[in-house]
Amino acid sequence: MTRESSKKRPLRILIGKPGLDGHDRGVKVIARALRDAGCEVVYTGLHQTPEAVVATAIQEDVDAIGLSILSGAHNFLFQRIHELLKEKGATDIMVFGGGIIPEEDMPKLKKAGVAKVFLPGATTEEVVQWVKNNIKAGG
Amino acid sequence: MKNKFTTISSVPIKPLYKPEDIKTLNYDRDLNDPGHFPFTRGIHETMYRGRLWTMRLFSGFGTPEETNKRFKFLLEHGQTGLSVAFDFPTLMGIDADQERAAGEVGKCGVNISTLQDMEILFDGIPLDKVTTSMTINGPAAVLLAMYLVVAEKQKVPWSQVGGTVQNDVLKEFIAQNSYAFPPDPSMRVVVDMIEFCTKEVPKWNTVSISGYHIREAGSTAVQELAFTLADGIAYVQACVERGMKVDDFAPRLSFFFDAHNDFFEEIAKFRAARRMWAKIMKERFGTTNSRSTMLRFHTQTAGCSLTAQQPYNNVVRTTIQALAAVMGGTQSLHTNAWDETLALPTEQAAMTALRTQQIIANESGVINTADPLAGSYFVEALTDQMEKEAYAYIEKIDKMGGMVQAVKAGYPQRETADASYRYQQQIDSKEKIIVGVNEFKTGKEPPMETLKISDSIHTFQTKKIAAVKKKRNPHKVSDTLSALKTAAKGGKNIMPPLCDCVRAYCTLNEMMETLKGVFGEYHDPGIF
Repeated sequence: MTRESSKKRPLRILIGKPGLDGHDRGVKVIARALRDAGCEVVYTGLHQTPEAVVATAIQEDVDAIGLSILSGAHNFLFQRIHELLKEKGATDIMVFGGGIIPEEDMPKLKKAGVAKVFLPGATTEEVVQWVKNNIKAGG
Repeated sequence: MKNKFTTISSVPIKPLYKPEDIKTLNYDRDLNDPGHFPFTRGIHETMYRGRLWTMRLFSGFGTPEETNKRFKFLLEHGQTGLSVAFDFPTLMGIDADQERAAGEVGKCGVNISTLQDMEILFDGIPLDKVTTSMTINGPAAVLLAMYLVVAEKQKVPWSQVGGTVQNDVLKEFIAQNSYAFPPDPSMRVVVDMIEFCTKEVPKWNTVSISGYHIREAGSTAVQELAFTLADGIAYVQACVERGMKVDDFAPRLSFFFDAHNDFFEEIAKFRAARRMWAKIMKERFGTTNSRSTMLRFHTQTAGCSLTAQQPYNNVVRTTIQALAAVMGGTQSLHTNAWDETLALPTEQAAMTALRTQQIIANESGVINTADPLAGSYFVEALTDQMEKEAYAYIEKIDKMGGMVQAVKAGYPQRETADASYRYQQQIDSKEKIIVGVNEFKTGKEPPMETLKISDSIHTFQTKKIAAVKKKRNPHKVSDTLSALKTAAKGGKNIMPPLCDCVRAYCTLNEMMETLKGVFGEYHDPGIF
């Protein structure tokens, strides 16, 4: 794909719910907001294994993965997804996320390749703007 | 100056309510005294003068050993009932030693994989003296069997055992998403449990028909009311189709609602719920037994209303919500702790939540008389309006063939997601103000002390499972599991064989996999 044509393609974002967490209010709002902002959104649905998230991301050729985790398992799950992306040579896919995540876990998540974490109270506009400013289509 | 005045659910409110707003109100027909049909004013004649609500704080984290300590702490400080929060592996029917449980063991609640864990959880807590509520749905039958076997080991007869399993699978498909089997076999298991408890555990509340999760998933107050009652109708209908008599099981159905920030809307919701259920039971199911027509309910203050910003403000939100629940006539109440947007509560935060209820009960004076807001032009008009709007939803669901069909069609799921998206847009545009979030913000806040759940719990629980598996009799395990499979396939009640599996120390996973082998497994369709 040439640079020219990649610019025209809309951003493709995988929105995922890894782990056993069933809280999907936030993730659905974000998926809709990104779609309404012109992104192509692939939503995994609930209860995905890290392996399934990464496989879908590669198969769907997405530009970024946004993960929602409200179960306290964020350290494990982000790390595992980062490892799998590395194994598959797919670290060009940017990872961001949101959920109930304590401030003190941020350095750990940064290390695990998480580009941005949105905390409770973030607006959909903030998420959309960040995605538009930081993720490149066909990256 | 604000130009739009609505409830938090976007219901327009008039500047003034007058006698003409309630001119069709007939006291005997629409309200009546507390303790009398249609119970709009409460289910007991004396309400809180006779007995306060049960102060029941939902708790559970880490290992059964740690949670057992927290339970004893809460009981020592005047809590009157237990309420168990399970971790996600337990909620999904997965043992701690399974790959899918990695990173999740003990994080959001207590981990229970075998009967041994349950024995530890209730060690030193006599099951004939406390009642226990267990928030469990997909694997509810297994956890109930475990609880009953613990009672058996404590030599407490099942006739003395009281408590609740949430066991409301329909709202799992709508909102909470901790399901196991597809909708039809899920309903069959619920009916098995109701049938079993009606005969064997008569003081057990078999289903806690829950609007809480629907509301937390973003529904409006009216949707919460309508979908919850429609779920209730579906359970009663399914039991009647099994051949059970309404008055044998209906008195043991209870309800569970959210108490959100909009004070009067919530009070009107609780009052409307009681009146509607009473009429539904009488008109649809032909019962006049007052125990069957009485809507008893537990309330939890709205977790989704709490903010991570300026978290101490959450104590105030919780107080307003708890007060609405009490003014609405709740039978039991959980108050959230102020730090719950960040983590599970610390002991100190949980204590403040309990104290909030004790202050309402002992200092505010609101308990002195039953249903103090009755007759208010506004509250009565709002109660009527919510009832009307909720019936419109129920009629629509009836036309779809009832809630099981509506759930399969994704109808309540979509309605809830639409409402939740609208609400978020209203917050983003500041049409709705959330203090500390989109208005009245302060700068950087100091970090807070939150409860940490150690990753070592995973290893600890995994080792215990291995030890249990080594000690148990493998023949008993395979025999009881195969008897369970036969019952599930053949349509016999699964509760007696499940109790046998538990006695043989089969694990949660083994029992759930056996059942999934027969019933199949439900997967999220991922609609947004």
